[in-house]
Amino acid sequence: MLNNAEMNIEKRKEGEALLKIKDISLSFSQYVSGLRQTELKVISSLSMEAYSGEILAVVGSSGSGKSLLAHAILGILPSNAKLLGKMEYKGQELTQEKKEELRGKEIALIPQSVNYLDPLMRISDQVIGSVDERNAELMKQTQRDIFRKYDLKPDVDRMFPHELSGGMARRVLVSTALINSSKLIIADEPTPGLDEKNLNETLSYFRDMANKGCAVILITHDIEAALKISDKIAIFYAGTILEEANIEDFKNDGENLRHPYTRALWNALPQNKFQAIKGHQPMQDEIIDGCFFYERCSRRNELCSKGTPQLKMIKEGLVRCNNVS
Amino acid sequence: MKQKKFGIFIGKKIIRLIILLIVVCIASFWLVEQSPIDPVRAYIGEMSIQPEQRAILEEYWGVNTPSHEKFFNWAGNVLKGDLGISLIYRMPVTYVIKERFTASLILMASSWLLSGIVGFILGIIAGMKSGSLIDKAIKTYCYVLIATPTFWLALILLLVFSVYLGWFPVGLSVPIGLTSEEVTLFDRVQHLILPTLTLSVLGVAQIAMFTREKLIEILSSDYVLFAKARGEKGFDLVLRHGVRNVALPAITLQFLGFSELFGGAVLVEQVFSYPGIGQATVAAGLRSDVPLLLGIVLVSALFVFLGNLIADIIYEFIDPRIKQQETTT
Repeated sequence: MLNNAEMNIEKRKEGEALLKIKDISLSFSQYVSGLRQTELKVISSLSMEAYSGEILAVVGSSGSGKSLLAHAILGILPSNAKLLGKMEYKGQELTQEKKEELRGKEIALIPQSVNYLDPLMRISDQVIGSVDERNAELMKQTQRDIFRKYDLKPDVDRMFPHELSGGMARRVLVSTALINSSKLIIADEPTPGLDEKNLNETLSYFRDMANKGCAVILITHDIEAALKISDKIAIFYAGTILEEANIEDFKNDGENLRHPYTRALWNALPQNKFQAIKGHQPMQDEIIDGCFFYERCSRRNELCSKGTPQLKMIKEGLVRCNNVS
Repeated sequence: MKQKKFGIFIGKKIIRLIILLIVVCIASFWLVEQSPIDPVRAYIGEMSIQPEQRAILEEYWGVNTPSHEKFFNWAGNVLKGDLGISLIYRMPVTYVIKERFTASLILMASSWLLSGIVGFILGIIAGMKSGSLIDKAIKTYCYVLIATPTFWLALILLLVFSVYLGWFPVGLSVPIGLTSEEVTLFDRVQHLILPTLTLSVLGVAQIAMFTREKLIEILSSDYVLFAKARGEKGFDLVLRHGVRNVALPAITLQFLGFSELFGGAVLVEQVFSYPGIGQATVAAGLRSDVPLLLGIVLVSALFVFLGNLIADIIYEFIDPRIKQQETTT
């Protein structure tokens, strides 16, 4: 594992990122009491990069808007969403048109649950998706091959989503990303409620994809699962990414971690110090001028309450904090 | 396993139907008994008769027999398949109903199909383009239709197309003055068009609004979001996921609408003088033809029950999700 990660750092220095996200922000306009409109900011000044052959885990608590990040990359946000900032895919700007062209082909989403499958469509048709008559035969073959690899028996093809067991559903959802041989795979919370064995198995699918040269973005609230297979961990907090750390930074007391929040998160794990810090994440309608972690930070100073800290490159990782160097 | 399940389901439904028919018989018989209907008057019409003759007729029609005895006489005959003799048509009730019901069935079936198809298509268009001008136009059209009384619409259509434009005949189901051999299919169709149109135009609104709501709900579902994420879009997406998921509930609703269809037919047939079951109902009611009225009540109860039964079968046996739940529990 360590070897793998070291190799990837090498790659990072040379290669271009497959997906670059620069300072995006996402807000929703909502009507409150009559015609008064408010802006609800769910993502702000978020930057991250995904590299081919790597798994980048985006770790954050549930309901903090991580899924919306995935939807923003795919361009499937609701119509009242406003997305600002810049995204690049293979060095080219990723506009809405470009997203529509690429999604389902080069960029694939692995959804959270079986609810994302059409309840009245048979599994094989669903995994194959919408294809030309001419390619139907070939796609059917590909689908069968993938299912065989994942140990899904032929009778699964004719099943409806509600007939799948939890483990089968997981493998079917993963299959949807493989059938189009996508380059960038975004897995949205793919491991909830899985037992140890199923969890490891599912995680290994993602490792496989990365080893075959895909860039995998793994969105999860489960930092332990993320630590098992990822190359880099991005810490998602209050709609932004506070730190992007390499996997080997997570060790001992977390002294290699750059951001105070990441360190707190690491030390809160049962197998580490099992210490929680006080407070909670700021709400989405709170307007914060300054560092998002200001209220809970033990190392805050006056500078931290004024303006969002700049993103800094420190020891091969990225961090938004004024107090590290 | 599946056949057994279906057998049990049908068995239960039949028991329910029998109970329903018994209750309908008792209730409608009681209502008729309570109403100030004089069968002798209904039979002789406006003729004047001697008191002796009247006494004979009263004896014949059983005016002075106690109610419960009358009921059991009638119910016993119904069980034997004899619904009695219609007072106004002077023919067996079963024969009248058969004849009239066949005529109505063509009318109801064609308008049922037409309203279902047109309503579904309009609903899909409105739901797909929700919020657009075309959606608003369809919605307005539906609201206006829902608020329109059937007989009024029938009169307007009659006025415009039959009286002013002269495209269609003013009434009846066949031209006047021809023997039944001389009537062509074209004649029948021409007489059917306006009544069908009236009856279906009103049915369109309900199914269109339902389809629209349902499609909007589906289009904001997780699985449509995922389909979009996989590159599906536009009409193809609506066809693949929208129509597939709307169709079953919409068809179910259309079958549940049998009762309204029957009610609508009564009014439409009246306006167009179309000799169907609806017109017979009105005639039987106004002219105190008790045997015919009771017979029609039974048949219409059966008809509406059939609609609900089909809806239930679709719901329980065709939808794969329900099927699964049934077999696992």
